[in-house]
Amino acid sequence: MTFDRRLTAPLLITLILFGAHWSFGVLRGYEAIVLAVVSTIATELSLRRLLTGQAPQLASAYISGISIAILVRSPLLWPYALGGVISIMSKYVLRARRRHLWNPTNFGICALLFLAPFAVAPLSVQWGNDLWPMLVIWMVGLFAIWRAKRLHITLAYIGAFFLFAFVRSLVTGSAYAAEVAPITGPMYQLFALFMITDPKTTVSSTRGAIVVAILVAFVEMFLRLAEIIYAPFYALFLVGPVALVVEMWWTSGAQARESAPRGPIAPTA
Amino acid sequence: MPSHPPAIADGTVAPPRRLLSVIAALVFLALLAVPGAIRHFASAANDGGPVLAVSTAIERHGFAFEEISDSIGIRFSHAPPALDSKLDPIMPVVAAYGAAVSIVDVDRDGWQDLYVTTSAIGGQNALYRNRGDGSFENIAARLGVADLNRQATGVSMGAVWGDYDNDGYEDVFVYKWGRPELLRNDRGRSFERVTDGLGLPAWINANTAVWFDYDADGWLDLFVGCFYPAEVDLWNLPHTRIMPESFEYAQNGGRNYLLRNRGDGSFEEIAETVGLTTTRWTLAAAAADVDGDGDPDLFVANDYGINELYVNDGGRGFREVGRAAGVARTPKSGMNASFGDVFNRGEWILYVSNISEPGVLIHGNDLWVPTHDAGADPTYRNLAGALGVEIAGFAFGAQFGDLNNDGWLDLFVTNGYVSGETRESYWYDYSMVAGGHRNIIADAGNWPAMRGRSLSGYQEDRVWLNDGAGRFHDVTRAIGAVNAHDGRAVAFADLWNRGVLDAVVTNQRGPLLVYRNTVTPNHRWITLDLEGTRSNRSAIGAEVRVYGDGVRQLRQIEGGNGFAAQNQRRVHFGLGSASQLDSIVIRWPSGIVQAIPAPATNTLHRIKEPG
Repeated sequence: MTFDRRLTAPLLITLILFGAHWSFGVLRGYEAIVLAVVSTIATELSLRRLLTGQAPQLASAYISGISIAILVRSPLLWPYALGGVISIMSKYVLRARRRHLWNPTNFGICALLFLAPFAVAPLSVQWGNDLWPMLVIWMVGLFAIWRAKRLHITLAYIGAFFLFAFVRSLVTGSAYAAEVAPITGPMYQLFALFMITDPKTTVSSTRGAIVVAILVAFVEMFLRLAEIIYAPFYALFLVGPVALVVEMWWTSGAQARESAPRGPIAPTA
Repeated sequence: MPSHPPAIADGTVAPPRRLLSVIAALVFLALLAVPGAIRHFASAANDGGPVLAVSTAIERHGFAFEEISDSIGIRFSHAPPALDSKLDPIMPVVAAYGAAVSIVDVDRDGWQDLYVTTSAIGGQNALYRNRGDGSFENIAARLGVADLNRQATGVSMGAVWGDYDNDGYEDVFVYKWGRPELLRNDRGRSFERVTDGLGLPAWINANTAVWFDYDADGWLDLFVGCFYPAEVDLWNLPHTRIMPESFEYAQNGGRNYLLRNRGDGSFEEIAETVGLTTTRWTLAAAAADVDGDGDPDLFVANDYGINELYVNDGGRGFREVGRAAGVARTPKSGMNASFGDVFNRGEWILYVSNISEPGVLIHGNDLWVPTHDAGADPTYRNLAGALGVEIAGFAFGAQFGDLNNDGWLDLFVTNGYVSGETRESYWYDYSMVAGGHRNIIADAGNWPAMRGRSLSGYQEDRVWLNDGAGRFHDVTRAIGAVNAHDGRAVAFADLWNRGVLDAVVTNQRGPLLVYRNTVTPNHRWITLDLEGTRSNRSAIGAEVRVYGDGVRQLRQIEGGNGFAAQNQRRVHFGLGSASQLDSIVIRWPSGIVQAIPAPATNTLHRIKEPG
């Protein structure tokens, strides 16, 4: 019996979720998880069949639901349902050349933060005080990402974040420790491990994916200098689709060049 | 046979699917508009209403406030402490407490007086004696309760009054970042320092205290809750690692204390013996018999972490049941603890204030409604959202009181953390560090400088009116309680003996506000002034129930609650249109139950505990 690699991410994020909630009570409550997951899966089930006739991608919808439940902080319940539905719908409404452009969770969270700041906030605090839970999540997460062949994306982003944090520190005069502080928190763990590595919304070449990850960190630096609290989400929101469109244009251009009839070869001397 | 038209290989879709895509896009757009619609309707229902003329406000809501401090001789402004210069870059968020108010009838003349604290070295606390003619005079210096803010002994954070020696006069415990003080009231003419009998360390960083007789021996005991650890002298810091180790799970705060009153003028410190052992960042506490077993239980609100609920085991000790009860599962920023019988069902509902900053941190305030039966271990459900009292702001002190005498408890919440020199927000930097690991967040040296910026500043207080049908309505502006200073404490008292609750609000680095309440004469009331004999003489912990045609209400006498506050010791009931009552039933702290049939309404009743 072999292990289906596609289950790695759902299992990992489930373990993180329940471990974090059991240890630190990080969630609003189980009703929020249920609402978010039910919303994403129900939307996926209905829209995928209706609009493409294909089998639903339940693992992806499940990850989106769990991610919404973890990353959105609200005392209200409706943001979890709305965020879940918007996330999955974005896959089927905002498309180009049969590909969705935004990571669904990223789109859903950005939509909530932008449209409903009076009701939601992002996860922005530590889970507990100990170094060990953070290290365990990073180690297990990096291992899983390595198995999924996406490790280069996460490492490129983390490296760029540390570099640009140094630049920000020089610009703002704040302590370097303050500028790197966010990446020691769980929001960045989930962002770097699960969101920017989404195969469906990342360019396909290894080198291209690394460049995109660095670009996300680069744009995030400017957003942070503008004191935008949700900088990583917005940076991915801005960079991700642009990168995909560029890749599509580049790929289609290359295909067109390859498939174009070749003209007569000039006789050489 | 496929149930759906197949996708066409070149990426186009068959017409039915194209139609479905268009519909999906429209639905998607509609969903994106949902938050805007919710915000529109929510703000329309909860914007405090338009500013109304007093007569209109009374006609519409049954009451109106007028801020009159200046005209009655009260001109007091809180000043914050200037701490160690190492904290200068973030001084406003550290020196953010100390504006407190407590109500007392210091000389037993039948008029409620005000004691307010300031926190600058050399600053003078004030005791405003109510002359009974509508004016007040500051007698703090004359009585020896003013000069309590000194370099060597620290500064005031608040005060609670209770007759610890049962001589008939309310004594005062002033909790401080520094050396706390217990001052014995000598017949309202002077105060004697009796701190040395407390058994407290010479220096603590306390932000709350509550008088209650936990063991029902007839002598008031004292709970003291601390914020920073006792070792921290905020004026002389050897290093800057003094901040909470986490924004939501910090346990590196100060320990708390329980001082058992021996009855001979001395106290013994027994916190660890009875099970109060945590070191969270305590900001508020309140006592009430939440499980209905006859002894006072204790709720402790902690910043940067979970709260604590201590069930009293018959005076033998306390069991912390917060998690099991549901009130301590999710860490927030507990800054207030107030009990009230919100639904008139004879049960203690608990209000805890937290942080709600749009888009940054939406903790939401908690309204913990009991779901347990009397005598059972407490369990609660948070109904703050359902009742409309969840989102207030960066909330601090809150009090329940029947402001319009309609028979239902209303809610007053103060808001605002730091109003800086500019309205530019410090939240970006604050949240950046708050999300960091403890080695980063715990060191004030890592915190970016505030440079005059605000952190949830310029927020207005909230006055929510209980409609008796399960909803609260924001009437702040309509009834004249607009205050955009950084509100801290709120306390209620009938300052002119008119059968209404007036409100006193303190502001950090801001003025003391006194709101005179004018209530519709169509609503009746009853007030009780209790004196214990077998119980502690202040009767703190006494529960009073009134019964009548359509009337069933519960109040208690408290020895400190809210945030840095204490209401008047008298218990006040609004009765709506009920002109008569069937009875009053008092359960004294001693356990004695006293029934008073057919008490007169619109009357202050002075009642002594039967021997």
